[in-house]
Amino acid sequence: MNYPVKHSFSLGVILLALWLGMSGKFTVFMLCLGLASILAVLYIAHRMDVIDREKFPAHVNVPLLRFWLYLSREVVIANIDVVRRIFTPGKSISPQMFELPQTLKTDLSCVIYANAITLTPGTVSVNLNKESITVHSLSKEAMKDLCSGRMASLVPEDYKDE
Amino acid sequence: MILVEIISWIFIIAGALLGVAGGIGIHRFPDFYSRLHAVGITDTLCASLFLIGLVMQTGMSIASIKLCLIFILMFFSSPTSSHALADAAFLGGLKPQLDKDDD
Repeated sequence: MNYPVKHSFSLGVILLALWLGMSGKFTVFMLCLGLASILAVLYIAHRMDVIDREKFPAHVNVPLLRFWLYLSREVVIANIDVVRRIFTPGKSISPQMFELPQTLKTDLSCVIYANAITLTPGTVSVNLNKESITVHSLSKEAMKDLCSGRMASLVPEDYKDE
Repeated sequence: MILVEIISWIFIIAGALLGVAGGIGIHRFPDFYSRLHAVGITDTLCASLFLIGLVMQTGMSIASIKLCLIFILMFFSSPTSSHALADAAFLGGLKPQLDKDDD
């Protein structure tokens, strides 16, 4: 617990925004109920010692936004490719399973990378360890694309394990 | 606004067609792992197009905030669940049908 106050505060702000966005009722009674439940959640989270850097939801920064932009473009391209393969008559796929070496340092970047691979249709990460990711891909092209390492180079890496 | 209406219906219909395409893919592909890729279509672009179309339908309201929250939830949970399925199948010893011929 290195930053209990800062993290608790930002968790509280996010919960408050969530409450206001979900309820849409701004009477004093409802606001008091919301405040009470937020304080209860903060107290329980503090007691359980679950507010750490990984659960702390506000690491959104410029490299991550750039990665999301790149990822959404890739998702659209891959979707079109897979739909074309579905409607191509005859044998349209050439499934591959391979070990993709990875050099990302922190657990969080590894998870972001593996999730991005899975989110892109045509590639699914099957197994994940410190040195490599086992990937199943629908085609040789998707395999070559991943092996070129373009996606890996864009995964934000400045998270520190604390 | 008639224009927003038209665009939102284009999004919703495109999402529906992608859902059908994903369903056909699940039946067409030969084994468990390749079927996961077809499911990936319905997970990603289909759901996103639906949600964008629905946000346009509701306009600026509380319902749009809720739809955005659904999008965020799907964005994080659908790859996690796909990975969990693939990992479980792999650890359980299910062998994928692979394309052997190298070119």
